[in-house]
Amino acid sequence: MTTLLIGIFLLSLLVITAVAIVRSEDLFSAVMLSGIFSLLMALNFFLLDAADVALTEAAVGAGVATVLLLAGLKLTPPTEARGRSLRKLSVVVIAATTLLMIYASFGQPTLGDPMAPAQQHVAPWYIEKTPELIDIPNIVTAVLSSFRGYDTLGEVFVVLTAGIGVMFLLGGGRGKPFSRLDSHVEEGLSGHLIPKVMARLLIPFILLFALFVQFHGEYSPGGGFQAGAIFVAGIILYSLVRGEGLALAVIPPRVLLWMSAGGALLYGSVGLAGILMGGQFLEYSVLSENPVTGQHIGIIVIELGVGLTVTGVLLSIFHAFAARD
Amino acid sequence: MKLLGLFNYWVFAVLLMIGLYALISKKNLVKKIMALAIFQSAVFLFFITMSRVDGGTAPIIQAGVPDQIFSNPLPQVLILTAIVVGISTTALGLAIVVRLYEEYGTVEDDEILAMDRES
Repeated sequence: MTTLLIGIFLLSLLVITAVAIVRSEDLFSAVMLSGIFSLLMALNFFLLDAADVALTEAAVGAGVATVLLLAGLKLTPPTEARGRSLRKLSVVVIAATTLLMIYASFGQPTLGDPMAPAQQHVAPWYIEKTPELIDIPNIVTAVLSSFRGYDTLGEVFVVLTAGIGVMFLLGGGRGKPFSRLDSHVEEGLSGHLIPKVMARLLIPFILLFALFVQFHGEYSPGGGFQAGAIFVAGIILYSLVRGEGLALAVIPPRVLLWMSAGGALLYGSVGLAGILMGGQFLEYSVLSENPVTGQHIGIIVIELGVGLTVTGVLLSIFHAFAARD
Repeated sequence: MKLLGLFNYWVFAVLLMIGLYALISKKNLVKKIMALAIFQSAVFLFFITMSRVDGGTAPIIQAGVPDQIFSNPLPQVLILTAIVVGISTTALGLAIVVRLYEEYGTVEDDEILAMDRES
């Protein structure tokens, strides 16, 4: 009951924040509000028992997305043109659709109903078979990387493709992935004492936590996607405080591109290794004599691939925005 | 009590429509991208709402605890990956907006359309 009420409170805040984002004409405050929106969303996910998703949303939505939007805003006008946005027809259509959807919700199973159709299909099978076939505690990681490894491979390639798209649009061309590098030495926030000291204290722990989330993802909430996002958040903090140039000296553009492509390649080669060892594409059981050990090896390697690609792509995207004049 | 159990779906409907409304009626392309993110988050909320089971816990097996009830891991997997894909596509959209601004000098879609018609 208490959880339900906290949930209702948080969801109401979520709606208020969404309205504020849409209404605000100052895009800078809209971006800040969207960071709050993501944080509230992460809290809701946590209340709904989705620890892995909450971790991802907090790292990606509240952290990386806010910084990317700010970096984009640096290159475009910070305010919206005034007025003439309210259209009668669209208001009517939206209101009618909202009412229809709320009407339809009365046919939905209530929150947490164990007999809901979604709970009856394959989910019990995953929960029952994970200890036996894969033997890792985190079922989400097991489903993500083994049972539904094809999906995840596809997602990794979507992330890579989006990264390539951004590099084509904003990158500086062949051999010069980020436009501004040598011409412009930025100081970042290094003139400000408090951010500098705080960042120096925090960054090692953020990076360490990212590695923990990466390699402990089978036992606790975590995995390649979250670890990549957290790692990127740490490096972004570094480049905000110490300037673009130093951050790019730590992880050069060439390395970033190799990480993006190499991670996806690593994932795909685990699949091919499965075929070469006499199994199916992405079948990890054949990777070792003991099928369960094979699953463990496969999961650790593909999670590493996911982590590399996510880190490489998100950092490249950040630098592509930040390095543009 | 039954009605309170549907609250998540109502919030889903309202958020989805707030996002769609802003997507239709706002002219500013950066705002449109934020609206798309709200729309997308609403769908995430819908999926995660469906994954919850009463008395359940996050789907991580604890050794030595018998008869645990777990929330449904499958929607969580789908949404976990969708969030990361979402940020990548948002970044791609934003990159397109930045390029449009460099070419047209504005990010209001009606002004861009007007310039296209003139030329």
